[in-house]
Amino acid sequence: MLDLKEQIIAQLNLQDIKPEDIGDDQPLFVEGLGLDSIDALELIVLLQQQYKIKLSNAEDGPKVFKTVRTMAEYITAHQAQNV
Amino acid sequence: MKTENHITASCIIRNNLVYKNGIKVFEESGSALSDFLVSAYRHFDLQYPKFFKMDNLSKLGWLANEILLTGSFDKEKYKPEDTGIVLSNANASLDTDIKYYETAKTIASPAQFVYTLPNIVIGEISIRHKFKGENAFFISEEFDAGFIEQYVSNLINNNILQSCICGWADVLDSAYNATLFLIEKDKSPNSVNFTKENLNKIHQLQNG
Repeated sequence: MLDLKEQIIAQLNLQDIKPEDIGDDQPLFVEGLGLDSIDALELIVLLQQQYKIKLSNAEDGPKVFKTVRTMAEYITAHQAQNV
Repeated sequence: MKTENHITASCIIRNNLVYKNGIKVFEESGSALSDFLVSAYRHFDLQYPKFFKMDNLSKLGWLANEILLTGSFDKEKYKPEDTGIVLSNANASLDTDIKYYETAKTIASPAQFVYTLPNIVIGEISIRHKFKGENAFFISEEFDAGFIEQYVSNLINNNILQSCICGWADVLDSAYNATLFLIEKDKSPNSVNFTKENLNKIHQLQNG
């Protein structure tokens, strides 16, 4: 999950935030890390670029991008499917 | 009757230097534009994480505005609708347009796409300070003091605005230049009359 946190920081240009500042179960949006709708689109790009995963159903977004842990679980599940 | 307005503050950012009211307040020679802007942001101890997500034009204009207003602008004097922003430049958002075009060859970046308009810098400044007054972004080959004076005077003299941030903010690759002015109806201790001549004098002061 450390790698994923580093990728999120790089993709979203969160220059004042270190990986250890992001809790595994901390909400990424609104009250947590304070990401916005453009950041959500950038996270979709991150999944495509880094993991070749396309978010097939936009309605899954809030669930997938809830926390770093939910993102990591989604990536792991899709990588397992692709093996 | 011609109403007299006043330039109550100015900020210039160019050649790795920052000037506030004609006085050099920050310098970092040798650094590239994005590094220089981040260094200046940290030097002035500004707290606004969204700064890092902005494109270079918005970073430049936003930073110049922060330095312009700090210690010079009494926000309590004005309602949100009273303060407007009128900016201009030569290259619109071309610097970011080119970068966005490059990303679009693979996976287009939404974060870059939102900055592919020059007036986004006005939005960033307005969000920061909750300004809701009239705004406009004009494209001209060169800094046109006569046009700025005429346009902003019209807004203030017709009571559409009570104060206005105006000037020039331009970025293309490594070339950049910002001169912002705060225009108000009331004089301040170091203000000068809002005239084309004074705009040009301030703009050219550190222009080499």
